[in-house]
Amino acid sequence: MRVELENLSKAWDGVVGADRITLDIADGEFVAFLGPSGCGKTTTLLMVAGIYKPSGGTIKFDGHVVNEVAPKDRGIGMVFQSYALYPHMTVFGNISYPLRIQKVNKTEIKERVQKVADMMGIGDLLDRKIVQLSGGQQQRVSLGRALVKEPQLLLFDEPLSNLDARLRLTMRGEIKRLQEEMGITAIYVTHDQVEAMTMADRIAVMSGGVLQAYDVPTDLYEHPKTQFVAGFVGNPPMNFFDVEIVAMDGEFRAKSGSIDLALPRDRAEKAAAAGKDKLIMGVRPEDIYLVDDAEPAAPGRTLTAAIEVVEPLGREDLLGVTVNDVEMRVLVDKTKGAAVGDNVDLVFDMSSVQFFDPETEQSVLWT
Amino acid sequence: MTEKQLSATEQLMEQEADSLARAAIGAPKQPRSSLGRRVRSTVSAYGFLLPAIALVITFFIIPGILLIILSFTNLSSANFTEPWEFIGFANFERLFTDPFFPKILRNTVFYVFTTLIFFNLGLALVLALVTTNIPRRRGFFFRLVWLLPRLTPSVVYILMWKRIGSADPFGIYNQFMPEVLGASGGNLFLGGAPWAFVILTNGFVGASFGMIIFTSALMSIPEDLITAAKVDGASTWRIIRDIKLPLIKWPLLFIATYQTLSLLTSFEYILLLTEGGPGLFTTEVWALTAYKRAFSSYFGNSQWAFGATWAIVLVAVALVMAVLYVKIFKFNELVEEPRIENL
Repeated sequence: MRVELENLSKAWDGVVGADRITLDIADGEFVAFLGPSGCGKTTTLLMVAGIYKPSGGTIKFDGHVVNEVAPKDRGIGMVFQSYALYPHMTVFGNISYPLRIQKVNKTEIKERVQKVADMMGIGDLLDRKIVQLSGGQQQRVSLGRALVKEPQLLLFDEPLSNLDARLRLTMRGEIKRLQEEMGITAIYVTHDQVEAMTMADRIAVMSGGVLQAYDVPTDLYEHPKTQFVAGFVGNPPMNFFDVEIVAMDGEFRAKSGSIDLALPRDRAEKAAAAGKDKLIMGVRPEDIYLVDDAEPAAPGRTLTAAIEVVEPLGREDLLGVTVNDVEMRVLVDKTKGAAVGDNVDLVFDMSSVQFFDPETEQSVLWT
Repeated sequence: MTEKQLSATEQLMEQEADSLARAAIGAPKQPRSSLGRRVRSTVSAYGFLLPAIALVITFFIIPGILLIILSFTNLSSANFTEPWEFIGFANFERLFTDPFFPKILRNTVFYVFTTLIFFNLGLALVLALVTTNIPRRRGFFFRLVWLLPRLTPSVVYILMWKRIGSADPFGIYNQFMPEVLGASGGNLFLGGAPWAFVILTNGFVGASFGMIIFTSALMSIPEDLITAAKVDGASTWRIIRDIKLPLIKWPLLFIATYQTLSLLTSFEYILLLTEGGPGLFTTEVWALTAYKRAFSSYFGNSQWAFGATWAIVLVAVALVMAVLYVKIFKFNELVEEPRIENL
């Protein structure tokens, strides 16, 4: 099913939940709504589900406006963070509920429930009560209940947030595989950018009720259109600092206090063309290295920093450093044995540097 | 709770009482002989329980025993100055052979269950469902309004109902809408519709209790469940029937049980409104009979012992009802702990 949102808004007594959201979702596409809590992603999802009535704008399913259509007539299935299973019913009771409401005959209900349950790997748990299931099993029941009525649109509201990390990883792959196999259009609300990046065909990044960007995951990462997107997509988040762009000896440099870094020509020219005195420069923690044989110090791309925090992540260490008064996060190989209090030389890979207008927070590189 | 958990809890309480006592007298924490320790902890535990125990014994156990003893005597205001005597089961025989006993029993059953089903449960449920489905503040306002009768003193409340049902030209009903029920213009609570008035007066107050309990139960149902049901295709009625009612089963059964017992023993509104009339025993219920026999006889004779007999039999009936409710509604299953398995 194709979904189109046009200027979709929701406000309660002056509090804006969603502000003129416009986007389209192709048939069979998996779209993630990504953003921090209170960004309007769930509000938008509930409007698509028909639980909230939009204050403005339209929702179209396959070209038909469905603003006034009741949730039950929208052909949707929904999966919740809390699972939202009916605690007084068995697993069978839960999965069969949508079919019982549609008055499907009993033998068909049995067949379809069994089929979905087998697909979800809970075929032998149908007689169980909900309280007797683990979180992972409950989420499978919830998914089964959403799928049993063969919906044309699947809505996920942070479905994996209550599961432990390992289970989340498995379920992530499973949901994606199911969605692809069945070819159902899906909207997936999450605050976890890893989930969004790994599962979604396209990601709608939202903040403060406003759609910040709507793009394929790699483009969001490489060509962020706003500072918010640059900071939200990517983990650990991008480092930002105010710089001036200075042309010197036919070379562009980013300067601020003791920071003095040479810039790649293509990006620097675009940044300089913005004609601003100051710009916000963004460098990802993974584009900064400790000086060693593989990354030798070189003029114009090396700065000295003091290590404030070392967070071991297992495969690598996340360093919190200061260059003069500017704080930065740096992701380095842990074998380099960095310790708190050390002064180290950092090499900056400036090939994917980002620049934003300090007033509008829009990218000056990508529009 | 299982026995094992109970004894664990007891142990904890004992330890707590012990350490509390130590703290109270500023005693240092040091190991003592186990006997001394046990005695101390027992004494301090009972010390804390004493006020409650004293109250229960004074105001519940002793009056209860006195009442049972009383029901086997002939004590009344007529022979108050003479020594009273035990007369065995004579009072009980008199009660069950009373010509009006079947009528009072029928009245009581009718009164209790009609009020219970239509008001204390039915109206309470409707009020709770409606006031939780409208904007929060409005819902709160309406619930507050429905609580007013409960906050009004009984006599004032009944005087207001009397004013509604009075004969022409005083009664509000007779003045403004006599055509609705085709009334005669006469007194309604003693003439036209005494039972309607008895049940309405009790029901309007009774409904507010269930309303409050059901409201809080309904509000504690996670919003996601209702959203899920809507997405699953359930209509408002199906959501109420399939999701909300099963999830407030426990409060429903509790209110049914509690209000049955409370209605069985309630009589003050009936006393104030109809005094059991009009005529002979038309709206007289069991508890009212007990009160009248004991304290307000037409002949100026307060038959305290006979009144006590009515009360004792009523308590016995209530106890049987309570046990039945617990058995039929499987209360122990409702409080059973869920068995949670993990993968």
